[in-house]
Amino acid sequence: MDVIKEFLDMGGYGGYIWPSYIVTAVVLIVMLVASQRLLKGNEATIKALEPAKKEETGEEKT
Amino acid sequence: MLHRFANPTRFLRIATLVQPWMAWSTILLAGAGLYLGLLSSPADYQQGESVRIMYVHVPAAWMAMFCYTGMAVSAGVGLIWKHPLADIAAKATAPVGACFTFLALFTGALWGKPMWGTWWVWDARLTSMLVLLFLYLGYIALANAFDDPSRGTRASSILVLVGFVNVPIIKFSVDWWNTLHQPASVIKMDGPSIDASMLWPLLLMAVAFNTYYLWVLLIRIRAEIVANKIRILRLKQVHG
Repeated sequence: MDVIKEFLDMGGYGGYIWPSYIVTAVVLIVMLVASQRLLKGNEATIKALEPAKKEETGEEKT
Repeated sequence: MLHRFANPTRFLRIATLVQPWMAWSTILLAGAGLYLGLLSSPADYQQGESVRIMYVHVPAAWMAMFCYTGMAVSAGVGLIWKHPLADIAAKATAPVGACFTFLALFTGALWGKPMWGTWWVWDARLTSMLVLLFLYLGYIALANAFDDPSRGTRASSILVLVGFVNVPIIKFSVDWWNTLHQPASVIKMDGPSIDASMLWPLLLMAVAFNTYYLWVLLIRIRAEIVANKIRILRLKQVHG
């Protein structure tokens, strides 16, 4: 227990070190998830648009 | 050679193959870097345990400048050779670069408070990093400010190229002006002056940040290529 407490305390600098790591992780994960959602959203939109385009041009699905 | 990979359709195929490699590299390198940085590496003889902030602060600052340099190269290629993928790469990089710059400033403030006694000083290194953040935000705002995307791309590309003057200022600010910020200790003419026990976690985290950037970049370029296709399809629908 003391080992964990000591590790989290980081020689009295825990209040500066942990927020650095936590905010870095949060920002990078949010950026990754947002980018992935943007891609999925765009892929869903184009899937919805393409059948409409094929119908207009009289193309048939293969 | 470059032209071959710069074809958007071919690029999409390659990006889909490379992306998992970047993802796994990021996870493994960051895991090793965090283990060495937080558990295995020693405390600094002057800064104590607070030195561990370096393992996220320095890679974030390096990536902030690396991303901007990449954006400037892409914007230049886009302006000169009118290559669509170059413009897309610049646009895809900007939000990631802005995140890295914010993280460099944020973690720098958290490191500065216990070491310098202040969160912030208006010295050359910190101020030029803040300018870099505004350049990223300005680029994003300008690129999306026009109804005609090609005009937004052109204007924002010029802004990136003009703003590139800030990158050498950031790098050499600690040599040119008096500052609280410490000078370079890794990228130096006479080699790194940092002990291997601290250099390894730092380099592992730096490479992890780099592979993370490539991972997110590939996702965002793919998203942007699809967004361009959507735009063209919608225009075709409107104009018959």
